[in-house]
Amino acid sequence: MSQLLQHLINGLAAGTIYALVALGYTMVYGVLKLINFAHGDVMMVGVYMGYATAFALGRQAQRSLWGVVVIFAVAMVGCALLGFLIERFAYRPLREKPRLTALITAIGISFALSYGFQLDIGFLPGASPRAFPEVIVPSEWFIIGDRDVVVWNWQVISFLIAVGLMAALQFLVYRTRFGKAMRAVSFDHRTAALMGIPTDRIIALTFMLSSALAAGAGLLYAIKDTSVSPLMGLYVGLKAFVAAVIGGIGNVPGAVVGALLLGLVEEFVVGYAASTWRDAVAFGFLILVLLVKPGGLFGRVAAEKV
Amino acid sequence: MRRLAPMLLAALAVLAAACEKKTQPTGEAGGQPAAQAPATAQGGGTPPAGDDVIVLGEVGALTGGQATFGISSRNGIALALKEANAAGGVKGKKLVVRVYDDQSKPEEAAQAVTRLITQDKVVLILGEVASSSSLAMAEKAQAAGVPMITPSSTNPSVTEKGDNIFRVCFIDPFQGFVMAKFARENLKLNKVAVLQDNKSAYSIGLTEVFRQKFAEMGGKITVTESYSQGDTDYRAQLTAIKKTQPEGIYVPGYYSEVGVIARQARELGLKVPLMGGDGWDSEKLFELGGSAIDGSYFSNHYSPDNPDARVKKFIADYKADYNGAVPDALAALAYDAARVAIEALKNAPDTSGPALRAAIAKTKDFPGVAGNITLDEKRNAVKSAVVLKVADGKSTYVTTISP
Repeated sequence: MSQLLQHLINGLAAGTIYALVALGYTMVYGVLKLINFAHGDVMMVGVYMGYATAFALGRQAQRSLWGVVVIFAVAMVGCALLGFLIERFAYRPLREKPRLTALITAIGISFALSYGFQLDIGFLPGASPRAFPEVIVPSEWFIIGDRDVVVWNWQVISFLIAVGLMAALQFLVYRTRFGKAMRAVSFDHRTAALMGIPTDRIIALTFMLSSALAAGAGLLYAIKDTSVSPLMGLYVGLKAFVAAVIGGIGNVPGAVVGALLLGLVEEFVVGYAASTWRDAVAFGFLILVLLVKPGGLFGRVAAEKV
Repeated sequence: MRRLAPMLLAALAVLAAACEKKTQPTGEAGGQPAAQAPATAQGGGTPPAGDDVIVLGEVGALTGGQATFGISSRNGIALALKEANAAGGVKGKKLVVRVYDDQSKPEEAAQAVTRLITQDKVVLILGEVASSSSLAMAEKAQAAGVPMITPSSTNPSVTEKGDNIFRVCFIDPFQGFVMAKFARENLKLNKVAVLQDNKSAYSIGLTEVFRQKFAEMGGKITVTESYSQGDTDYRAQLTAIKKTQPEGIYVPGYYSEVGVIARQARELGLKVPLMGGDGWDSEKLFELGGSAIDGSYFSNHYSPDNPDARVKKFIADYKADYNGAVPDALAALAYDAARVAIEALKNAPDTSGPALRAAIAKTKDFPGVAGNITLDEKRNAVKSAVVLKVADGKSTYVTTISP
């Protein structure tokens, strides 16, 4: 029983992070119908920005509250800029081209970032995994029995941050003028432009927002698992993408539910079966959902106009 | 949603194309000589080996998850070659080494070896550290009749690939035995859990022997869990291990994962010592593991604490060349492997494959910095192992265990 509870906690912790990354995929897909395959790698770049900031702050300062805020702020703002640049120079010139073109560019950017960051020149980090500094000093928050079930402060903190970011996003999309514009662009960006909505700006802002979210998620991931490497984005990105598709890509609550489900499924598979099954089950789950409910758990299958 | 499926397919196609592109040149160079004109042209592009140099080949993980291994090995080999060239080279010729990066991937290592043999025409191959990569390389080297010396691949099947494959380190069964013996006799453990990397031939090999020997010595294996190289979340496995209440955990993986495993084990309340093999040996272990890795043990080939004059000179030379870095076991073994190769080049009548092979096979009581090297009839080195304890960001010598 205690083992089950511990698995549940571990699975939720992994799931919340998948959820934050999945939200980025879902937002960009919602607005542009583009699967931004570079999203996971933007997350990785955010992690390294946070890493560099933490080192610049020094051991004492990085552990204080304002230190953590500075690290998150630098990484999120930095990634928002990166997202802006990618959208401006890689995707915008291709917007009127077939959708496949932008997808291939996205994969190109993904490889450029993940392999570029393995170079060992100048500020680039090199290929070996590194330990992310302990910006949140770990302490046990809640224990059952003789350490049968352990909940850590950072687990709670990252859960709260993740839920907060999700709620803020939901509010933004459905309760603000910007969100209304976003949804209009997503519906039909040419018509939206005719109605006086600055589509280019809305799309750029969507990219910046999703990239900033990715940076936040990446930092939570780095705090959770401590090991960071240039290839981490490919792995986490792929899993988050699967989560977004399971939930129904383009759907914000769907991405969250899909991600939590995926985190839990993976945890239970590894805990009770074997780690070799982790990816097989994750992708098997994806195939099952697509077969039974092609729009994802929360997605709608739009009727095609003829 | 209807648009999603074609997009996904396209993405997969692009990924597949990217992979295929990389394999093509070597595939052609190795397989079909005449049919593909561009391939032959490409082969002619590499500079031919001159008459005044002997070209050695090296394959190592200079990038990827095991990058520190590859870099240490490269440094060790470079140092040995520098010394040999300073002493006048071999047979009046200078030695050069052509190094290819395999990105810590066996498939890349196999390609690199093919390139070394067919394009660069090397006389001998050094590498790899990881057994999975060496296995892929050994097949190619054996087929081409080019001798290969692996400095530190400990999986037994590497040299079983054929009589052209040698190693200057001990093999996995011995490392598994060393840790089983140490756990039973020195640490007096009765119940031990195992956490193996099931993507690595090395880890599986160590696990097998450890389990068998530990049980033979009267201990009990509570559970065997596994992870896959590159994972960063091991909480599920550790939670399952914790339930069995072991007194120690055998984790014969590589440093990049072990450090994180240690942290997460402590986090879940597992306070027992971890034990492992030479895959732990890297400065990075201390960075990744922090204080969580303290109090753990691993078996290794060599300890820099060794007071031997030869070892001291090697450490001093290495420090002078590489910004004061202390050579790890991988560097020491690579240095030894290169020196065994150089010795064989000196003794062999010519640099053809069979002549070199015969010369290497005769290696006996060769004074290496990681122990004396005598090759047995299976082309494996017979030597003792040291057990090191990790504490306060460094590893210190505990004991030596002989075969």
